Amino acid sequence: MASLIGYYSLIFGLCISFFIIFFSVKNFKDSLIFDTKIVNFTFLQFILVIVSFLGLIISFVNSDFSNETVFNHSHSTKPIFYKISGTWGNHEGSLLLWLLVLTLFILLFLLKSKEQNKRYKILTLLIQQIIIIGFFIFLIKTSNPFNYIFPVPEEGLGLNPILQDPALAIHPPILYLGYVGSSIIFSSALAATSLNYISTAWAKHIKQWVLISWIFLTLGILLGSIWAYYELGWGGFWFWDPVENVSLMPWLALTALLHCILVLERKLVLTSWVVILSIATFTLSMCGTFLVRSGILNSVHTFANDPERGLFILIFLFCLIFLSLFIFIFFHKVEKKSIRNFFWLSKETSILINNWFMMYFLTVVLIGTVYPIFLEVISSEKISVGPPFYHKLIVPLLIPFLFAMTIGPKLNWIKSDLKNKKYLILFLMISFLLSVLIIKNLDIKFLINTILVASALYLFFITLRDFFVKGLKNLSQNIAHFGFSLLILSILFNNIFSTEIITNLKIGETFKSKNFIINFEKVEQKDEKNFKAITGKFNIKDVDGVDEVLNPELRIYNQPNIVTSEADIKTNLLSDKFITMNLVQNQDYFNIRYQIKPFMIWIWLSVLLISFGGLISLFKKRYEG
Amino acid sequence: MKVKFFPIFLIIIFVIVFLIFYKGLQNSNIYTPNTLIKKNIPSFEAKTLRTNKKIDSKNLFKENEFYLINIWASWCIPCRDEHDFLIKLSNQKNVKIIGINYKDKNENAKNFLKELKSPYEVVLVDKDGTIAIEWGAYGVPESFLLYNKKIIKKIIGPLNKKSLFEIEKLIK
Amino acid sequence: MKILKFIFAFFIFMNMSALNAQDKNLHTKITKNLRCLICQGQSIYDSDSEFANSVKILIERKIDNGENEKEIYDYLIGKYGEWILYDPKFSKNTYILWLLPVVIFLIGGFVIFRLFIIKKN
Repeated sequence: MASLIGYYSLIFGLCISFFIIFFSVKNFKDSLIFDTKIVNFTFLQFILVIVSFLGLIISFVNSDFSNETVFNHSHSTKPIFYKISGTWGNHEGSLLLWLLVLTLFILLFLLKSKEQNKRYKILTLLIQQIIIIGFFIFLIKTSNPFNYIFPVPEEGLGLNPILQDPALAIHPPILYLGYVGSSIIFSSALAATSLNYISTAWAKHIKQWVLISWIFLTLGILLGSIWAYYELGWGGFWFWDPVENVSLMPWLALTALLHCILVLERKLVLTSWVVILSIATFTLSMCGTFLVRSGILNSVHTFANDPERGLFILIFLFCLIFLSLFIFIFFHKVEKKSIRNFFWLSKETSILINNWFMMYFLTVVLIGTVYPIFLEVISSEKISVGPPFYHKLIVPLLIPFLFAMTIGPKLNWIKSDLKNKKYLILFLMISFLLSVLIIKNLDIKFLINTILVASALYLFFITLRDFFVKGLKNLSQNIAHFGFSLLILSILFNNIFSTEIITNLKIGETFKSKNFIINFEKVEQKDEKNFKAITGKFNIKDVDGVDEVLNPELRIYNQPNIVTSEADIKTNLLSDKFITMNLVQNQDYFNIRYQIKPFMIWIWLSVLLISFGGLISLFKKRYEG
Repeated sequence: MKVKFFPIFLIIIFVIVFLIFYKGLQNSNIYTPNTLIKKNIPSFEAKTLRTNKKIDSKNLFKENEFYLINIWASWCIPCRDEHDFLIKLSNQKNVKIIGINYKDKNENAKNFLKELKSPYEVVLVDKDGTIAIEWGAYGVPESFLLYNKKIIKKIIGPLNKKSLFEIEKLIK
Repeated sequence: MKILKFIFAFFIFMNMSALNAQDKNLHTKITKNLRCLICQGQSIYDSDSEFANSVKILIERKIDNGENEKEIYDYLIGKYGEWILYDPKFSKNTYILWLLPVVIFLIGGFVIFRLFIIKKN
C-alpha cells in the first residue's frame, strides 16, 4: 500500500511541474507582482516528493518484499535504524533523495527571496524545474523505487553489512544537502546572467546559499571519511577512490566560489568567473553522479552499475552543460575592464591566488579520476591512477598555498603595505625553528617535511594570534583557516608518527617487539540479531607497562552471507589504537594488524572547525540582516 | 570574429568529451589481463600431489600436444561447478589436463579428487600461490590452454558450456 | 612575471625531491603501490585476500633475491599489465596525465597576471 501511494505521489509530482511551468511563464510575461500560486505549487510538489519518500521508508520498515527495491536491499532481521537508512542506501532510493533535496531547496529559495526581483525568481525556478523534471523522468523510467514483484518473496536479499553503520546512515542525506543543494546556485546564477542581474546585491543574496551548500558538503565528506576509517578496517580515511574524488571536486569549486563571492560583494568584478564556478560546481556534482552510477569506473563504493542509466545521466548532464554554455555566451555581459586592475599586494589578489591554486587542485583530481577512461577509449590501454599520483602533484603546492592562506587575510582591500607587519616575519621564524626541532630526529626526508610542517604551523600560529589580538573580527574566516591548518598538521603528524605491526598469531600466542607485547588471550562467540560474532581478546602492553585491552571482531552475517572484520579502536586526544583480526584461509592462526595512529581525532575535529567557521558566517549574515 | 572563436572551441571540446564518455560506457569493465596470450609459458618447479616428487616445468610439456592448465582448490566452490566439464574434457584424447592445487591442504585436495574423480594427468601443488602468479592468474578457478609451450587461450572463472565448446574447437 | 617564475622554479624544485610516504622498508613501499586485483580499490598492503598474500610472499622472495623496486614492478606489469600499479609510470601513455595539470596551472597564472594585476599605464 505504502509503495502504491509512493508511486502515484511520484507521478503526480511530475505533473505538478507542468502547472509550475505554466503559471511561471504566464507570470513572467504578465503582471508586475509575483504570483503566490507558483509558491503554492512548488510547495505541493515538495510535499508529494516527501510522501513518496515516506512511502519508500514505510515499505522498508514493514519489510514489504513485494517492492523490488526493498527485496534487493533489506532483510526482516535488520535492526529498524538500518531498515530506515537502507531506504537511501541504494540507487533508486538515493535518487529519490536527490529529488527531495532539489524540491526542498527551490521551495526554501522562493520563501527566502521575497524581496528579490520577480523575473529572477521565476527564471531560477524554471531552470531548477528542468533539473527536477529530468530527475523525475530518470527515476520513473529507469530507476523506479516502487517496482512490484510477484510472487512476493518470503525474505529479502539483505543490506551489505558494511553499510550498516551510523556514520554511513546519515552520510548520504548530509552529503546531498551540500552536493544537490548546489543546484540552486547553478539555477540562480544562470537566471541572474540571463537578466543581467549579476551584481554586488546578487552576490550578497547568493552568499548564504553557497555557505549552506558548502557547510553540508564539508560535513558530508567528513562523515564518509569517518565511516571509511571505522568500518573498512584498513585504518585509512582517504583513498583517492573515484567516489571520494567525485565529492571533493564540487567542494573545491564551491570553496573557490565562496572566496570569489567575497570580492563580488564589494565591487562588480570577477563576474564571469563567479558564473563559471556556479555552473561548474553543480556540473561536477552531476558528472560525479554519472561517473559512479554508470559503471564506467571501478571503485570501492557499491552502486548497481547499469550502462542504460549511465547513458541517461550522460545525456542529461551534457544537455545541462550546453544549456549553461548557451546562456553564458549569449547573455553574459563582461564588466568594465578598468575596474579589473588589482594591486599585487591586496586582498583581491590573494583571493585570486586562492582560486588559482584551488583550480589546480581541482584539475589534478579531475584529470586523475577521468584520465584512465580517456586512455582506455583512445588506446585500449588500462592504467591505474592511485594515491602516489595525487600526493606528488598536490603536496608540493600545499606549501605556497598555506603561505598565501596565512598572508592573504592580513592584506587590505585594494592596496596594502607591509608596515606594522613585523610579527609576520617573527612568527615565520618561530614556525621554521619548531618544525626543524620536530623533524630533525626522524628518519624521513628532511627538507620537504620541514617546510611543509613549517608552513602549516605558520598558518596555525597566525590565525591563533589573530583570535587573541583581533578578537571577534573576521571570526568565521579565522576559525575556518585555523581549522584548515589543524587539519594539515594532524594529517602530517599522523602520517609521520604512525606505527604498525602485522603478524600471525594463534589463540594464546604472544607477540613481542621492542615497543609492545601483544597477547592474544582468547576468543568468544556471541549470537546477535543478524550475525554471529567472534570476538578476540587482546592484551597489549607498551614500553611504559601500560595495559590496553582491545576486542576486534569477525562477523559472520546470515543475509547476505559474508564475513566482515570489525576493528576495535580506542580513541583518546593523543592517538588512536587500532586493531583488526582476519581469518587466514586453511590455517589455524589469525592475521593481526595493530596500529598506533596519533592525532586521528584532531583530523575530525579540525574539519568540524572548518564547517563551524562557515556556520558563523551564515549566522552573522542573518544577524546583520 | 574573436568573440565567436572561443565558444565554438568550448563546444567542440565538450562534444569530444561526451563522445569519449559515451564510448567508455560501452566498454566492458571486467579487467582481463591479456598480457600473456601468445607468449611463452612460464618455467617453474613444483611437487606433485600424489607422489610428492619435484617436477620441473621443462619436462612437463611436450611438443605438438595440447595441455589445459587448471588452477583449483578444494575450498573453492565454483571449482566444484566446473569439475564436470573438466571430466568431460579429460575423456577427449587430444588434450591433457594438468591441475595446479592452489593454497590448499594436501589432505583436502586428495579427498576432493577422491569424491569427484580426477580429470588430471598430474596435479602440482602451489602452497603459497606464487606459481599462479607466474601464470598471471589472480583467483580460482582459472584455466589456460597451451600448445607448443605457448598460451593460446585463457579462461577466468569456472568452465561452462560456452568455454568448453571453444576449447574443443581449438584442439581439433 | 617574477612571481610566476619563482613559483615555477619552486614547484620544480619540490618535485625533484618527490615526497614519499613514510616507508618503513622496501616491501611496505612496493605493496602499498600495487593494486589488489580481486578487491575493489584496496592495495596489496591493505588487503588480506589470497591473491594479495601470495603477492606479498613473492615480493619478499624477490627482495631477498636482490631484485630492486623497478625489476619487481616490471615483473608484475609483465604478468598483469600496468593496471596493477597505483603510481602511473611516466611513459608516452601518461605524458598528458602528468603534464596537463601543470600546464593548466601555468596558463592560469599567466591569465590572472595579464587580466588582473595592475598595469602600468
